[in-house]
Amino acid sequence: MDVRDGLLYTDEHEWLRVEGDTGTMGITAYAADELGDVVFVELPAIGRALQRAETLGVVESVKAVSDLFAPADGEVIEVNEALVGKPELLNSDPYGEGWIARVRLANPAAAAEGLKDAAAYRALIGA
Amino acid sequence: MPYGPHTPDDRARMRAALGIASIDELFEDIPLAVRAPGLDLPGPLTELELSFRLRALAGRNRIDLASFLGAGVYRHYVPAAVDQIASRGEFYTAYTPYQPEISQGTLQTIYEYQSMLAELTALDAVSASHYDGATATAEAALMCLRATGRARILVSAGVHPEYLATTRTYLDGSRFALETVPLRADGTTDLAALERLLADASAPVAGVLVAQPNVFGILEPMAEATRLAHAAGALLVAVVEPVSLAVLAPPGAYGADIAAGEGQPLGLPLGYGGPYLGILAATSALMRQLPGRLVGRTTDADGRRAFVMTLRAREQDIRRERAASNICTNQALCALAATVYLATIGPHGLRDAAALGAARARELERALAAAGAPRVHAGPYLNEFAVHVSDAPRVHAALLERGILAGLPLATWFPDDPVLRDALLVCATEVTQTAEIEAFAAALRDVRTEVVA
Amino acid sequence: MSEHIDVVAPGDAPGAPFGAADALCPAVGAALQPTLDELSRPGRRTARVPHPPAGALDGIPAEQLRSLPPALPEVAEPDAVRHFVNLSHLNYAVDTGFYPLGSCTMKWNPKINEWAARLAGFADLHPLAPDALAQGTLELLWDLERWLCEVSGMRAVTLQPAAGAQGELTGILMVRAWHRSRGDSARSEIIVPDSSHGTNPATASMAGYRTITVKSDARGGVDLDALRAVLGPRTAAIMLTNPSTLGLFEDQVCEIVDAVHAAGGLAYMDGANMNAVLGKFRPGDAGFDVMHFNVHKTFSTPHGGGGPGAGPVAVGEKLLPFLPSPRVLREQDGSFRLERPGERPTSIGRVRSHVGSTGVLVRAYAYLLAHGAAGLEEVSEDAVLAANYLRHRLRGTYEIPYDRVCKHEFVASASNLKRETGVRTLDVAKRLIDHGHHPPTIYFPLIVEEALLIEPTETESLETLDDFAGALEAIAAEAHEDPEALHSAPHSAPVRRLDEATAARQPDLHWRPMTGAQMPCLD
Repeated sequence: MDVRDGLLYTDEHEWLRVEGDTGTMGITAYAADELGDVVFVELPAIGRALQRAETLGVVESVKAVSDLFAPADGEVIEVNEALVGKPELLNSDPYGEGWIARVRLANPAAAAEGLKDAAAYRALIGA
Repeated sequence: MPYGPHTPDDRARMRAALGIASIDELFEDIPLAVRAPGLDLPGPLTELELSFRLRALAGRNRIDLASFLGAGVYRHYVPAAVDQIASRGEFYTAYTPYQPEISQGTLQTIYEYQSMLAELTALDAVSASHYDGATATAEAALMCLRATGRARILVSAGVHPEYLATTRTYLDGSRFALETVPLRADGTTDLAALERLLADASAPVAGVLVAQPNVFGILEPMAEATRLAHAAGALLVAVVEPVSLAVLAPPGAYGADIAAGEGQPLGLPLGYGGPYLGILAATSALMRQLPGRLVGRTTDADGRRAFVMTLRAREQDIRRERAASNICTNQALCALAATVYLATIGPHGLRDAAALGAARARELERALAAAGAPRVHAGPYLNEFAVHVSDAPRVHAALLERGILAGLPLATWFPDDPVLRDALLVCATEVTQTAEIEAFAAALRDVRTEVVA
Repeated sequence: MSEHIDVVAPGDAPGAPFGAADALCPAVGAALQPTLDELSRPGRRTARVPHPPAGALDGIPAEQLRSLPPALPEVAEPDAVRHFVNLSHLNYAVDTGFYPLGSCTMKWNPKINEWAARLAGFADLHPLAPDALAQGTLELLWDLERWLCEVSGMRAVTLQPAAGAQGELTGILMVRAWHRSRGDSARSEIIVPDSSHGTNPATASMAGYRTITVKSDARGGVDLDALRAVLGPRTAAIMLTNPSTLGLFEDQVCEIVDAVHAAGGLAYMDGANMNAVLGKFRPGDAGFDVMHFNVHKTFSTPHGGGGPGAGPVAVGEKLLPFLPSPRVLREQDGSFRLERPGERPTSIGRVRSHVGSTGVLVRAYAYLLAHGAAGLEEVSEDAVLAANYLRHRLRGTYEIPYDRVCKHEFVASASNLKRETGVRTLDVAKRLIDHGHHPPTIYFPLIVEEALLIEPTETESLETLDDFAGALEAIAAEAHEDPEALHSAPHSAPVRRLDEATAARQPDLHWRPMTGAQMPCLD
């Protein structure tokens, strides 16, 4: 199962890429595989203030539905509009074109706290 | 048991396989303190005895009167093919089509139902069915609340009182406010009052519900009501009667966001309340807010066209407490009947039925006016209207004895309204005969003379 | 249709040996059909009703009229009837074969009930007809209410709810009305076990409650300690399905009800599975305050391809004042009438139009009367016997996660096959179609992995039960020998597995192009 080095991971199978004060988030390849064919993504509103672990959106597959949780505190500055027409990007390229939202991190220095690195996440999913 | 196949020997073989001596051993998990000692019920009856009993009960209902009663449930001619198809065991003894490979019959007919209702309403997304007109209306109000995030619903006083009552029950609680918009003397919704209610910026309105025709049979200014609702950022729900949509402007044409209504007129029997068919349709923008099942077209692994339940993750069995509605069982067989009705009556037949009902209603209006019962409202109507009759409930009762079911005494719903408590709501459809209209008018003359005397 | 369609080869009759990879499904036809739209030709007319006279719509403002007639299909009667008859052949149904769909109770639908519901006296009666014209139906409804009181051990019944889920909403709204009537507004939570039907938590949300989920214990029952930990001053009610969705009787039912009552909450019983305990267990005797029946399950009204059903709700003393209106009342002279609007101000109001789905209730009435007390008890005994027999036969081939005496249904799991062969429950289900059986309910309850929820009902013969068990055993063997045949099953149905992802990503919900009316501007 594809787990990328250099990203941070949550126990809810989301990834976070920190670049300066910006965090980009998505779901992991493991999560996409568990969900199956993703058919709909409900994205957060731009400008929304998020608290860590708060529900920010929903991913639907053919037969399952799953909440998206904020991996860090911050404000939504961009969402991946391409997912509206092509939700299957979450299956085909979860770490790339299937990114979900960009967040201006409230505290970039502390973003890694409570999150897993790639090795720890591999251990979690038994990869 | 009248329908079971097991012989004593079959049961003995199953018990032997399980290693039990008595069936009671399979019920020992029920605590003794609450184990029932059996039931006290009538029966059993053989099929012959049962048929006598049911025929006797059915015979105690009176269906032989000349009826002018509608008020949301209408008599129409139903092509004989409708019940023959709906009586096919392959349709009525199937379950919800969760296994699409062996359910294409049900799935394709639902797709055809959705298609024909989309055509009638000029809206894109049609639910596979709801319980009835009242619950479809209540669900439409809930859709407005979800889609807008607002907490206030306005309902025209021309919406069927039972739909209004159901919507109140569904919205009950501290979270949502429901207010009614009064009617003008001509029977149409008071648009000035609607505008005032919409203008309260402290409580923005999620949706406005207006019926076309309304419960008094009057045609509403839907385009203007829609414009007012949209100007205030609210959605417009049109509560419709489907046969009328063969001749009246469809909700999509005047910009309605949602159409809700009672599908019974599309080939279903009166049946003393059901099972009926809740129609619920919306613009494609609101598709994901639609509660209940939807069927979509797709392909199979070999590329053949096929149909399948879709957008399933909105439903209660997957989304549980986050589902838009708890609806599970719907009215699929009633939707099938409506589909066969529309396919066998055809667009011209449906238009003829609606227009012939309007023609008969005008005959009825003239005959009743000549008998001293003029219309209550001046607004335009299609095939139903209220007439003024002093002491209407007594007149209605006296007419029953003369073989006339003179519509609905509006005192039933509006006992305190000084105008409506002396009014009868009457309708005509294509099955109404001129001779019945003449008999109604003649009997009304007699009865009024007696009541006055 | 230009697509290739498998045809049934002559000689491949029902009863052909199972297990052959190309065995044909005997119960479903093969010919896919064009849509009505494709059959339509402009100018094909029918002669159902007379033409209206000229000027029929005079007096209606032009802007109120439709500018274009609706583009409905124009089809001749022979083509329309063949269309629907041929479509019916593509359906599997109780009338065509075994339908062991757990939690759905696909038992036999007696034909006399269909005849009864169509009697003109019932079918042609207007719901707003004066009571004097409706005495036959009102008496039937009155009797049915009394009988359901007897079956449930409750005080009163409303027949109004249109389905089980609507019965749940009705019951929970009455629960709320009761708490309110006592000035208790702090109760905001409904407790449901993790094995519950999805309708329970969805109902709680619809009524404005928060759902608290309690886990099941190792025996498949409610974990009493976990329940006690969440009970408190916010508890409005518990919704308990008994027998549970695992097909198990909740033998701690009295302790559960007592604990909820002690916390000030009420006890709701989801009666979806009452068909297993008729005459054996009455919820009212165990202290439940409210319950619903699914008449399309327990009393065998047909499922209709998804509905209609009916969901009568029975209540005990506490909730009596809050029943929806109108109720059916009996007058001193023995005649019947419907309650008038506003006659009982404590009512929660209406939950739908009119008195209920009378046509469905006529069938339930006929079912009850045909059986009587002893017959109903036998219904439950035979349903439970058949389920236990199948559980016993399949043990060893499939995992049985809760291998104790079950009621009308039991859960099997294909976890062992998945581990050993990669074949999943979905594959087993689809392969059953090739063996001529409808698959059981799969992946429910959610708490069992690779679940197959099997409910044989009391109306299937021992030969059918053995045949079904044999098919499941043959499929398990096949999983080891030729798993690919299972991954690609079914092979004999009119269509193969469907592309559900595309169906959901680009919904095509009707045969015209989507016009896409825009949402009005919202703030």
